[in-house]
Amino acid sequence: MSKPKLATIWLDGCSGCHMSFLDMDELILEVAERADLVYGPLVDAKEFPEGVDVTLVEGAVGSSEDLRKVREVRERTRVLVAFGDCAVTGNVPSLRNPIGPRAVLETVYLEKPTHNAQIPSQLVPELLEEDLPVHAWVPVDVYLTGCPPSAARIYECVKRLLDGEAPETVSEAVAWKFG
Amino acid sequence: MSEVRTLQIDGKDVAARSDETILCAAEENEIHIPTLCHLEGLSDVGACRLCVVEVEGTPKLMAACTTTVEEGMKVTTTSERLVAYRRRAIEMLFVERNHICAVCVANNNCELQAHARNVGLDHFELPLMHPALPVDASHERFVMDHNRCILCTRCVRVCDEVEQAHTWDVAGRGTGARIVSDLGMPWGSSTTCTSCGKCVQVCPTGALFEKGRSISEPKARRPYLPYLVRVKERER
Repeated sequence: MSKPKLATIWLDGCSGCHMSFLDMDELILEVAERADLVYGPLVDAKEFPEGVDVTLVEGAVGSSEDLRKVREVRERTRVLVAFGDCAVTGNVPSLRNPIGPRAVLETVYLEKPTHNAQIPSQLVPELLEEDLPVHAWVPVDVYLTGCPPSAARIYECVKRLLDGEAPETVSEAVAWKFG
Repeated sequence: MSEVRTLQIDGKDVAARSDETILCAAEENEIHIPTLCHLEGLSDVGACRLCVVEVEGTPKLMAACTTTVEEGMKVTTTSERLVAYRRRAIEMLFVERNHICAVCVANNNCELQAHARNVGLDHFELPLMHPALPVDASHERFVMDHNRCILCTRCVRVCDEVEQAHTWDVAGRGTGARIVSDLGMPWGSSTTCTSCGKCVQVCPTGALFEKGRSISEPKARRPYLPYLVRVKERER
């Protein structure tokens, strides 16, 4: 029997959740033994594969590219974990919501730079009107709060899901707090 | 003159004074009811709806902090329905303003955050409102951040009832309601504020804080409040 497929993806977040994932130290060897890590910033795969068992989604959905990715991930994943506060609530990236993307772009790219001030438009995805949590766009199975979630809780969550535990009971088992 | 009333809370027979609230009677009998806007030493207003309980014979949920006991009352403090209502009440407080715990001065020292954890709130089903709200940093020592305010009115009550300055009040209605100082003037230009800091001490979230306080930095707790109230009563 082949190992379950595990993937991680980094959307609108700071990568702190991925750092915390790595922070599980030698337990990561156990995860590597129990599952095939098929996609993520730690893997050199270009396409998000089909038939993934568990995907940890870090970050909120802030751009058209984030939205394309998260929809693709949802289609190809059995259990989708909203991984950390940005994915769960919008967190820090959502601070821009009250003022809108235009005001943010103008402040960062037009008012602040000392030379060549322009809003980038080529090769970068468009910012969405609002930076929203993952479940605002696609169904989420497990919510793993924290900024970032501790390595111990990430391990607990991944281990239970790889053991085949139901997402609802995993959600309850790893429930903690925001922030 | 208050008389003695007997009632049942969660099936337990208890006695209470006729002028006591359900919350008071429950606490005396070590029955825990979650609260947020309530604070010992201040009057109760029933603003947060966290202490709602079921009273036999009425379909409405009653706020335990503002409902006085009655003879023969049968009160239930925990049920699936109550837990669901409390969770929804906390969720509504979160989505109504911009509570970004990770970058809040009250992170890990916040009563709202703690309640969310206690009721197992791990995401919001209601859409986040993301209102554009001001931060009033005009006071020399303190800041009022409306993004984190839950309108519990502890600051209003402590300023009025204990410090007796009544600098704070509430303006507007519904989601447009705001805590205001001196009829809506910037806090720094208030002529009634004594800069005593009691409002900052009683704030359950990161809405009122001292300048220079950093994220997650604990603040001094407030066991002194009932003491201040007793001193005040003696003076009268």
